[in-house]
Amino acid sequence: MIETVGLTKKYGSFYALKDLNLTVEDGTVFGFVGANGAGKSTTFSILATLLQPTAGDAFVNGLSVIKHPHEVRKQIGYMPDFFGVYDQLKADEYLDFYGASYGLKPKEREVLIPKLLELVNLEHKRYEYVDLLSRGMKQRLCLARALIHDPKILILDEPASGLDPRARVEMRDILKELKAMGKTILISSHILPELAEMCDSIGVIDSGELIATGSVADIQAQLQSEKVMRVKIAGPAKEAMLFFENDPYVSKIVEIPEKKLIQFLYRGTEEDQLILLQKAVARQLPILSFAEEETDLEDVFMAITKGAEVK
Amino acid sequence: MKTLLANPVLVKEIKLRFRNMKSFTGILFYLIAMSIFVFGFILLTTSFSGSGYFRPDESFMLFSMMTYIQLGLILFITPALTAGTISTEREKQTLNILLTTSQTSFQIIFGKMTSSIAFLLLMIISGLPIYSLVFLYGGVSPNQLFVIFLFYLLTLLTIGSIGVMFSTLIRKTIVAIIATYSAMIFLVAVTGFFMIISMQISQMGMGAASFSPFTHFWASINPAVVMFTLLQPAYANEIQGMTLVPLPLWAGYFIVYAGLAACSLLVAVKRLRVNMNKYK
Repeated sequence: MIETVGLTKKYGSFYALKDLNLTVEDGTVFGFVGANGAGKSTTFSILATLLQPTAGDAFVNGLSVIKHPHEVRKQIGYMPDFFGVYDQLKADEYLDFYGASYGLKPKEREVLIPKLLELVNLEHKRYEYVDLLSRGMKQRLCLARALIHDPKILILDEPASGLDPRARVEMRDILKELKAMGKTILISSHILPELAEMCDSIGVIDSGELIATGSVADIQAQLQSEKVMRVKIAGPAKEAMLFFENDPYVSKIVEIPEKKLIQFLYRGTEEDQLILLQKAVARQLPILSFAEEETDLEDVFMAITKGAEVK
Repeated sequence: MKTLLANPVLVKEIKLRFRNMKSFTGILFYLIAMSIFVFGFILLTTSFSGSGYFRPDESFMLFSMMTYIQLGLILFITPALTAGTISTEREKQTLNILLTTSQTSFQIIFGKMTSSIAFLLLMIISGLPIYSLVFLYGGVSPNQLFVIFLFYLLTLLTIGSIGVMFSTLIRKTIVAIIATYSAMIFLVAVTGFFMIISMQISQMGMGAASFSPFTHFWASINPAVVMFTLLQPAYANEIQGMTLVPLPLWAGYFIVYAGLAACSLLVAVKRLRVNMNKYK
């Protein structure tokens, strides 16, 4: 389990992280969403024992990162957003070095390395020099490296950044496999919408403050006071436009003639929405469909962090 | 000891260092240069002395010259080998990953330091057969050679530790290298300069027969002077007699250099995880 209590990091008068309180339960996947500089990497660096917080504390399986950093390191597998590899070291030697660094015996490493390379689909690159691997392969190798000591917790900072679509899909599949293995995963990513299906919960961070946390659906409900409604009309839209405009919960109504659509923002509850539809049907408006526009995590993120309207 | 030598950083660094041909060609060229120097010296001496043989005092002269050449090699190569150990990891973005492993700061620093000086030690040891030629002609005792090698080892360790310390403290490798060379120049040239100044001041104040204890201090931390006294112990006694400091120069050198090495390594270990220091 990961827990942060009042975690704060200050640089002079600037707050990189402000009073962060977060809990990630065992065996769950927690996605961290935020713009660049929002405080994601700072949080991860503190959890990885690379950075001392100014105030507060973070606990990994009950161990304080401040008081027991050495023990915490054994519990976590950390993958930074930017990392380098050693020149003239082969993939298996790379893993062997880190295995030895975690105190694994040579025989244990001998057994583990092929398995890890297989997990990240790099068994065919075992004897290749790591600096000659592609970006996606290096990312996967780094993930294998983070798993070498079989940590219960994985802290992955932007593991899919800079990858092409195929490499992203491969990375997502590996992460799903790790989730199935029961690992607790804390992940930040710009492609979180793609990963939303595998995240049990997410946290939205902005300017060092956690502004929302919960399941993807909860966050959407929590943060969206207005829904985007789309109504498809068979025939002239004038009467329908007038009808919807008069509803007290409707605002910013627009017509999209080429698609025969009327789009508006709706503030009412689901019951209000039902009544509105029943009234429209009673007025015999030529409605083909009446639906709430699907919003993904990216829309929510944009709306929260920039205060923008949804779509 | 076994645990120390099984240090993963040390094993990896040695593997990387000897994987490319650069290290081997470096040693090869060093040995070629030394051989040319030694055989050239013997050839020239025997050709021009008229006697046709190599005398023990000439053998000792050759030994002294080789000793100074190797000291120069240590002083000039050690900063380049050690001053990039940590800063290069930082620049290559491999340090953060290394710091999140179970290795302690001491293990990482020890591994980096040992692997860097191991190369230089190998270079010196590989030159031993050439060195041993002087035994053929006499004039040098094996004991003297042993003392010189201990002196080399201490000098290597100290300059290496200073290099690792600067590499840990300074983010950029090039700046760390400049700082280490500056420290080396201070130890070799500035201390020598201060020693001469101190001798001059003493001569003006107290006459030619005695020097101030400062002269002893500056002499005892200058590697070239201490090396000279190791080769010519009579001069060591003379300096001791003139400064009235009972401590032998080599003992002063040992205390100062061992202290410097220990302090530098301690600073490097403490500052490796600098961001984990409180109030940072």
